[in-house]
Amino acid sequence: MSFDTQRVARLAMIGLAAASLAACASRPKPAGPQAPTPAPSQPTAPPYTAPATPESPVNQGPLPGTVQDFVINIGERVYFDTDQYDIRSDAQPTLTAQAQWLNRYPAVRVRIEGNADERGTREYNLALGARRANAVREFLVGQGVSGSRIETLSYGKERPIDPGTGEDAWAKNRNARTAITDGAR
Amino acid sequence: MTLKSVFKGPLAAWAGAAVLALSMAAFAPTVARAQIEVDIDKGAVKPLPVAIPAFSGGGRGADISQVISGNLERSGLFQPLNVANVADKLTDVNVQPRFPDWQATGAQALINGQVTVGADGTLRVDFRLWDTFSQQQLLGLQFTSTAENWRRVAHKISDAVYERLTGEKGYFDTRVVFVAESGSKLARVKKLAIMDQDGANPQYLTDGSYIVMTPRFSSTSQEITYMALRPTGSSIYLTNLETARTETIGKFPGMVFAPRFSPDGSKVAFSVEKGGNSDIYVMDLRSRQSTRITTDPAIDTSPSFSPDGSKIVFNSDRGGQAQLYIMNVDGSGVRRISYGGGRYTTPVWSPRGDFIAFTKQTGGEFHIGVMRADGGDERLLTTSYLDEGPTWAPNGRVLMFSRESANGNSRLWTVDITGRILRPAAYQGAASDPAWSPLLD
Repeated sequence: MSFDTQRVARLAMIGLAAASLAACASRPKPAGPQAPTPAPSQPTAPPYTAPATPESPVNQGPLPGTVQDFVINIGERVYFDTDQYDIRSDAQPTLTAQAQWLNRYPAVRVRIEGNADERGTREYNLALGARRANAVREFLVGQGVSGSRIETLSYGKERPIDPGTGEDAWAKNRNARTAITDGAR
Repeated sequence: MTLKSVFKGPLAAWAGAAVLALSMAAFAPTVARAQIEVDIDKGAVKPLPVAIPAFSGGGRGADISQVISGNLERSGLFQPLNVANVADKLTDVNVQPRFPDWQATGAQALINGQVTVGADGTLRVDFRLWDTFSQQQLLGLQFTSTAENWRRVAHKISDAVYERLTGEKGYFDTRVVFVAESGSKLARVKKLAIMDQDGANPQYLTDGSYIVMTPRFSSTSQEITYMALRPTGSSIYLTNLETARTETIGKFPGMVFAPRFSPDGSKVAFSVEKGGNSDIYVMDLRSRQSTRITTDPAIDTSPSFSPDGSKIVFNSDRGGQAQLYIMNVDGSGVRRISYGGGRYTTPVWSPRGDFIAFTKQTGGEFHIGVMRADGGDERLLTTSYLDEGPTWAPNGRVLMFSRESANGNSRLWTVDITGRILRPAAYQGAASDPAWSPLLD
């Protein structure tokens, strides 16, 4: 099972450098107190501009340090083998990148959610999901992320991400998700 | 006779259940049961044909016989016949049936009755169970209750008939707590729910705003325990069904799950996860002191007490993959009882103590099975894409479980311990994690 997260991440990074400045500048400024907004008038159509040629799209990449930045550029999930909870070699680059990102944004707090496929009973899978979440937690702590920033939870088989019934779907559903709970921009 | 006349709590309206057996002494078990009997351990190769005409007296008469008929039919041991056209109308329960009429239907047993409503609205139901060929009365009982409890009267009669004809206790005057499901596989909503064993009176106990799992009844049948799972963590709750009061068993550092009452209702066994390792704890509900009773770094979960409360069966992957183990309630004397190939989980000790039911996963399929408490005589009763989580009827002869199809539809099913009588439960909504109550009193 290979989500091509690495490639997606690289592509996103390329666009990101160019896009982030512009995106920052266009951030809405906080507005002061203001009078009640009048009822919206009929929308007026903006002047027509032809869409840019798809040759060189301007990638509106997510702002660094945001949840989207983490999800798109780092990757929030790593995957496990059936009934296993050791970190696979293909998960290590993702988790290493997660740790680096978390070390760069020390205000961020995360919850690792362990998940299991449906090929197990409910209670056993809760325990299995907890093992997976903890394995990810230990990896991140080993990479210098403070344990106090990381909580863990197991959803067992209650939160599949692929509704299918074959090995491909089950492989996706055996995962641990690093969910940002606080401190992101 | 085993009828109890005492109903506590909201059912106090039940009056005594007087026994009006006509010359019961004449029916020494060897005589009466020589004619018709149902051998439950053979799983009724052919169900017993029974006639259950509408009880006379109007009102709830027809409803009551219909509920009895549904109960007996779903047990798989009885085949209620269509007897609407039988000439003998049985208007007076104190008059002997015209047996040739009933023999002609092929019915081996006849259940007739009469409903009378008192001036104060009290419902009185008299019924008789007859052996149509030996022309003997096998049971004659009277129940009185408030009018709105008519379904429970029907369940009590079903239990009495079942016991008289099988020699095993009935399980019809019971309830089932379960998880009602809605939404797609990727957006499942789970609500705690309760219903009568025949699917009647379903009621939600939670609103679906958080995940609920694995409810279980206490032996008092008035209290349940279950697990709730929210993004902020898991909790084990105790809910009193009479008062609707809900409380947690307290805070633990990691996940808490898989709660189950001890047979006397004084303790709850459950799993606590810490640093990825799940162990079994037992909490004394009075003192709220909990004791960790397994320490193995493996997954230890799904604890279930033996009926005498002295032992706990659980599943553990300490041997490499999930298998069943028994230990003393203090955690000593652990020994493995399952040795077949595949993974064994969710062991549940029968209320009679003779069998342990479990889920087994092998060859890409799931099975509900039973084995003796020493691990012997393993029998797989079902096979499907995903069967799990058996719960025992209080007579220890029938199991209910969840069956989920590949498309994610989960339904409740029942199977008897021979495996021959496998059928959908009466409740046909999407549901999982059933737990059978003890017999109500």
